Amino acid sequence: MQKRISNLPFHDTPEQAGKLDEVIAGLKGQEGAVMPALHQAQEIYGYLPLEVQQKIAKGLNVPLEEVYGVSTFYSQFSLTPKGRNHISVCLGTACYVKGADKVLDRIQQKLGINPEECTEDGAFSLTACRCIGACGLAPVMTVNEDVYGRLVPEDVDGILAKYME
Amino acid sequence: MDMVNIKINGVSYDVPADATILEAARTAGIDIPTLCFLKDINQIGACRMCMVEVKGARSLVAACVYPVNDGMEVFTNSPKVQQSRRMTLELLLSVHERKCLTCDRSGNCELQKLCNDMGIEEEERFAGDLPQNITDVSTPYLERNNAKCILCRRCVAACQNQHVSVIGANNRGFDTQIGCAFEAKLNDVSCVACGQCIVSCPTGALREKDNTQEVIDAINDPEKIVIVQTAPAVRAALGEEFGLPIGTNVEGKMAAALRRLGFDKVFDTDFGADMTIMEEATEFIHRVQNGGTLPMITSCSPGWVKFCEHYYPDLLDNLSTCKSPQNMTGALIKTWYAQKEGIDPSKIVSVSVMPCTAKKFEIKRDDENAAGLPDVDISLTTRELAKMIKKAQLNFNRLPDEKFDDSMGVSTGAAVIFGATGGVMEAALRTAADVLTGEPQDSIDYEEVRGTEGIKEAVYKVAGMDVKVAVASGLSNANKILEKIRAGEADYHFVEIMCCPGGCVNGGGQPIVSSTERSFTDVKAARAKALYDQDKAMPLRKSHENPVLKKCYEEFLGEPGSHKAHEILHTTYVKRGY
Repeated sequence: MQKRISNLPFHDTPEQAGKLDEVIAGLKGQEGAVMPALHQAQEIYGYLPLEVQQKIAKGLNVPLEEVYGVSTFYSQFSLTPKGRNHISVCLGTACYVKGADKVLDRIQQKLGINPEECTEDGAFSLTACRCIGACGLAPVMTVNEDVYGRLVPEDVDGILAKYME
Repeated sequence: MDMVNIKINGVSYDVPADATILEAARTAGIDIPTLCFLKDINQIGACRMCMVEVKGARSLVAACVYPVNDGMEVFTNSPKVQQSRRMTLELLLSVHERKCLTCDRSGNCELQKLCNDMGIEEEERFAGDLPQNITDVSTPYLERNNAKCILCRRCVAACQNQHVSVIGANNRGFDTQIGCAFEAKLNDVSCVACGQCIVSCPTGALREKDNTQEVIDAINDPEKIVIVQTAPAVRAALGEEFGLPIGTNVEGKMAAALRRLGFDKVFDTDFGADMTIMEEATEFIHRVQNGGTLPMITSCSPGWVKFCEHYYPDLLDNLSTCKSPQNMTGALIKTWYAQKEGIDPSKIVSVSVMPCTAKKFEIKRDDENAAGLPDVDISLTTRELAKMIKKAQLNFNRLPDEKFDDSMGVSTGAAVIFGATGGVMEAALRTAADVLTGEPQDSIDYEEVRGTEGIKEAVYKVAGMDVKVAVASGLSNANKILEKIRAGEADYHFVEIMCCPGGCVNGGGQPIVSSTERSFTDVKAARAKALYDQDKAMPLRKSHENPVLKKCYEEFLGEPGSHKAHEILHTTYVKRGY
């Protein structure tokens, strides 16, 4: 699947900007600096928006396209922000045959976002993940550290309500 | 050179020790098919088309990157190799938009040729989904259709080789596509429009924006006077589209073809090139004598100008303010020529044929409209002219040799060498030497600035002054010189920069030469030779000796560098971000 790019506005704090400056300064001039820079930038910001990638490209003196190419190649890099609550719906084989796609549909409908997106208020982000090793509970989803199993689409509303302040 | 002995298909050959299997085989006259390989630009072993069998090796190896060693036994045609090639092609076809009959590259597509050569009979054997979101038609100069892209990355390497790198491989696996960062359109990034990606593409995924129909419509409009001009480098390459050897000068047949296509006047951009020299040499002398910004850098190459605006906006004062020969010719067509002939300039459609895709961008720039109308209305590439000739069913090779029309078809040897790297510098020096000494100089061959090398430097004594010059072609080379200038480490007086490696003869609008042919032929040198040969044979070889140009100054512009000349023949630049 093509990586989704967030169109939510980018928020930067002076602390975050300072940390990224440090990361770039530490990697400058090194061979193969793009990967570790992206890795640490994602730790700082939670994702890798245009503004962050531009800063890395300028700072390391590599073309932006190269940075972007790397960030879209590796699956651990995300171009969309994580919400305060992060939902993962398992689409592994066992969950899938037990109807995980319908659970996912329901969440998308309810939140108005697709996988790899974040709601505008920053409350929820959603991802469709591979097997998380809880096949006995299929279909399964997690919200932050909480695991919910043996789901039917009707369960979704109640679960989400718990996380809505 | 160290040599080693290897056997290819059972026959023994002595080959250089540092050769790859591909180089060794091609030198021995045995071809190995390739797709991603492009000599000196892309050697990454990615497409797996060139797989060969090496005795003792665990699996097939990629000949384009695998080095030879003494005693090696290579098989380029075994059943295993044949099967691998067919499978690779069939898999490529599975995600390829197979519209060969109507494809721009039909007939010189490398994928098509290999499918024919390998006898692929079932093009849909593994047919599956085509990639989505596949076209980019945002720019006025080129179009991308990724449904025809085979992900060989030759365009990416060409862009990198130009020190631009605005395209690359994004995403992964089946979703991989060549594009710009954050899926931006090419028109919104700092692409310089050079078109080197197009001439690197083995298939029809990249092409120029086709403007031929606009020209045909103008010709068929009885109200319009359609005037064409052709750049120096076009005549050195157009013949390739009609099967003539690389480096054939077809100036005469080209002029004949243009007339038969229905253009009302057939002029030569060489006239504008002579004009450029008058203005540029004058500007240079003025800068030297009045403490102007030095080094002065040439401004003929619109890809280079755009590069400077994006990446070196701090050096824009170093750029000569002269318009390019294309736009000088265009400007004079709609001012001087129109006035002289009593033509309403708004009835003129000014068409150029250029070796260049960036010219399509240049004609839309601000401050390129001397008569209050665009200096040039439509700019075609050499390839588009060939298309028009084919569409009109002219038998190009049997056309007679004709001349350009008088007036702005008259030019000198100094102008024709504009098409090769070093040519503008040499032409300028020929004129500057005469003007500064006040008498015609006998020695006019400036050998040091000739040749296809990326960077050339020389010091010439001109009227008692040591003039230090540099010539760079290809933006990677230009970049090295620009870094030196920016750092204040360069003491050049005059610098020529051409965007494309080798200059305009190797421009992004020129006929596309296959990767295999490029392995054997120095295309840049062969085409440049055609121009230098023409220069040598011409009676007039200095721009200021051009009689029509003299007349133009006498009756219209006044002196070179005059106020009027500045209004009509000079331009301005803008800072662009990246």
